[in-house]
Amino acid sequence: MASTSTTISSNVDETFAALRQKKKRALVGYLTAGFPDAARSIECLRALDEGGADIIELGVPFSDPIADGPVIQASSQRALELGMTLERTLEIASAAKLRAPIVLFSYLNPVIAGGPDILERAAAAGVSGILLTDLPVGSDSAREEWLSSGPLSFIRLVAPTTPVERMAEIARHGSGFVYLISRLGVTGARTTAPEGLTETVGRLRSATKLPICAGFGISTAEQAKHVSQLADGSVVGSALVSAAAVSPESVSRLTQELRTAIDS
Amino acid sequence: MSTVEAGRFGVFGGRYVPETLIPALDELDAAFDEAMADETFRAELDGLLENYVGRPSPLSDAPRLSKRVGAQVYLKREDLNHTGAHKINNTVGQALLARRMGKLRIIAETGAGQHGVATATICARFGLDCTVYMGEEDIRRQELNVYRMKLLGAKVVPVTSGTRTLKDATSEAIRDWVTNVGDSYYIIGSVVGPAPYPRMVRDFQSIIGREAKSQMMERAGRLPKTVVACVGGGSNAMGIFHPFVEDRDVELVGVEAAGRGLDSGEHAASLQRGEPGVLHGALSYLLQDEDGQVHPAHSISAGLDYPGVGPEHSFLKDSGRAEYVAISDDDALKGLQLLSRLEGIIPALETAHAIAWVDANRERWSPDDAVLICVSGRGDKDVAQLTTLGLTAQ
Repeated sequence: MASTSTTISSNVDETFAALRQKKKRALVGYLTAGFPDAARSIECLRALDEGGADIIELGVPFSDPIADGPVIQASSQRALELGMTLERTLEIASAAKLRAPIVLFSYLNPVIAGGPDILERAAAAGVSGILLTDLPVGSDSAREEWLSSGPLSFIRLVAPTTPVERMAEIARHGSGFVYLISRLGVTGARTTAPEGLTETVGRLRSATKLPICAGFGISTAEQAKHVSQLADGSVVGSALVSAAAVSPESVSRLTQELRTAIDS
Repeated sequence: MSTVEAGRFGVFGGRYVPETLIPALDELDAAFDEAMADETFRAELDGLLENYVGRPSPLSDAPRLSKRVGAQVYLKREDLNHTGAHKINNTVGQALLARRMGKLRIIAETGAGQHGVATATICARFGLDCTVYMGEEDIRRQELNVYRMKLLGAKVVPVTSGTRTLKDATSEAIRDWVTNVGDSYYIIGSVVGPAPYPRMVRDFQSIIGREAKSQMMERAGRLPKTVVACVGGGSNAMGIFHPFVEDRDVELVGVEAAGRGLDSGEHAASLQRGEPGVLHGALSYLLQDEDGQVHPAHSISAGLDYPGVGPEHSFLKDSGRAEYVAISDDDALKGLQLLSRLEGIIPALETAHAIAWVDANRERWSPDDAVLICVSGRGDKDVAQLTTLGLTAQ
C-alpha cells in the first residue's frame, strides 16, 4: 500500500505546524452536519470556529452509527429525518467558510455511495481531511489506497486495545494526525478521566511522529486540559452536539471554555 | 498484512468495525481455529449437540405435501431442536468457545427472539451472564420469547433507536461489545458481522447440511435436486447449503421475504433488491438508498426483518451457485397453514417462506425429484401474532 509520505502539506499539517511553533495544543471539535437543522448547523460550526477550535470534525449522519453513543446517534437520526446527506454535508462545509480545517467524520457506506469522485468533490467544497470509523487499517486495501492517495488527509484511529506494532502500522497508513480513542466504548460524555491514557499515548508516541489527538468521553474543560497535557490535541464531540441542540451561543461558550482550559 | 483482510467470500465480508474490536476479532479468529482443531473441544460440542440439543434432527418425509408438489419432499427438522429452532447449533458452539476463552459475560442480539432464547438457554446451562438486545418493535411482536429469555435468567435490553428491530439491536450489541470487549463475548446469531463470524456461524450450522446429506443418501439413495431454505441473515440456509456447495448438480435456493411485494419498498429482499454496502462489519448486499443510508426492512416475520444478509450468500448469488427468490407476507401465511394442515407441522413464519416457495413452483420438479426443505424453526412463537392478524384456525 502506498500511502506514507504526502509531499504536499495539507491544511491539517499546516495547522499542527503552526500550533507546534506556538507551543499550543489543538482543540478538535465535532458537530453533526445538519443538526439541529441545516441553517443552525452552519451557525454552530461558525461558533465553534470563532470560539477557537483548531480542527473541526464534521459528522456525516449515518443510519447505523455503531461507534456512537446516544447523543451523536440522536443528532444523526434527527439530521437524517430532516434530509441531511453527504452531498448536503459538503454544501454545509462550503457555505460555512471556516478558518479551521474541516475533517469529515463518517462511516464508510455513505462515502462509497458518494461515488469515485467524492474525495475530489469534498476537497472542492473546502474539506481538508477524512476519518472513517469503520475502516480499520488493513481491512480493505483497495479502498484504503483510494483514500490515502486522494486529496484529503486520511486520519486513522488507534484504540486502547491496539498493540504497539499495529499502532506503527496504523500511523504509517495515515496522515494529518492520529486519532486516539481514549477509552473503550462509544462516543459520549463521561464523568471520569480516561484510564491508562498516559501509557497509551506513550506507546503511540514511540510508534509515530504524527500529532496525536485523543477523543471519546471528553466533555468538560477540566478533562480537555488533562488530555492536552498528554496528547497534542483533545477531541470534544457529544458535549458540543448537546450544546448545538441548545443554541449556537452555547457552542460558542463551551468552545471558549475548552480553549481557555487547553491554553492555560 | 495480518489476518485482517482474510475472511472474504469473493469481494464480500471483511471487517468494517471500529479499531477497538480488531484485536478481539484476531483473538476470536485464532481461538476458533484452535478449538475446532482440538478433539476435546469437538467431543464436548458433539456431546452437547447430541444429548442437550437432541441431534441429529430427523429428516421427515412429507407424503401429503409431496403429493401436492409432485416431487419427493423431505423436511430437515430443526424445529425439533431444544428451544425450537436451528439457532441453538450456533449458540452451543460459540458459548463453548467463549468459556474456553475465559469470557464469562455474553452479549447477543435477537430479532424473532429465537437466537436470544438459544443464547439465554446455553448461558443458563454454562452459568454465564447473559445480556440480550432486542428492538422494541420485536419485543412487542415476540412477547413469548421475551418471557422465555427472562425465565432463563437473561437480561433483555429494549432497543429504542432507529427502526427498533434486529438491525438496531445488532448495532446496540456491537456498542456493548466495544465498551466491554475485555471480558465479554458477542454471540452473533447469523452468518453476518465482521470476520470470522460469518465463517464461524456457518461452520457451527453446517451440521444441518451434513446430517441432511447423509440422511438423504440413506433414505432416498440420492442427493436432492433442490435444497430450499429461508434467508434473513441466512444462517439456516448457509448451514444446510454449505455441505452441498461442491455438489454442482444440487440446486440451492434461498427464499427471502418479499414483505408487501418486491416493488413495494417494504420487504427484506437484500439479495434481490439491495446493492453492495457495509453494515455491521461486513460488505454484502444491503437495502440502502442512493445516499448510502440503510433502508429499513419489512417482513411479517421478525427473523427475516433485516436489511443486510450474510456475505457468503452475496458471494453465492454473484457466482451463480445459489438462486435467491422471494415470498410475500401473505403467501408465507398460506405456507404456514399448508404445512400445518398437510403434515401436522406448524412451522415458524420464517420457514413458511420456504414452504410457500416450493408450493408455488411445483412445475420445477418431476415426481422422482427430491426436494429438501430446511424447517428452520417451529411456529409456536408466532401463534399470538397470527391470532392478532386474524388468521383463522379454520
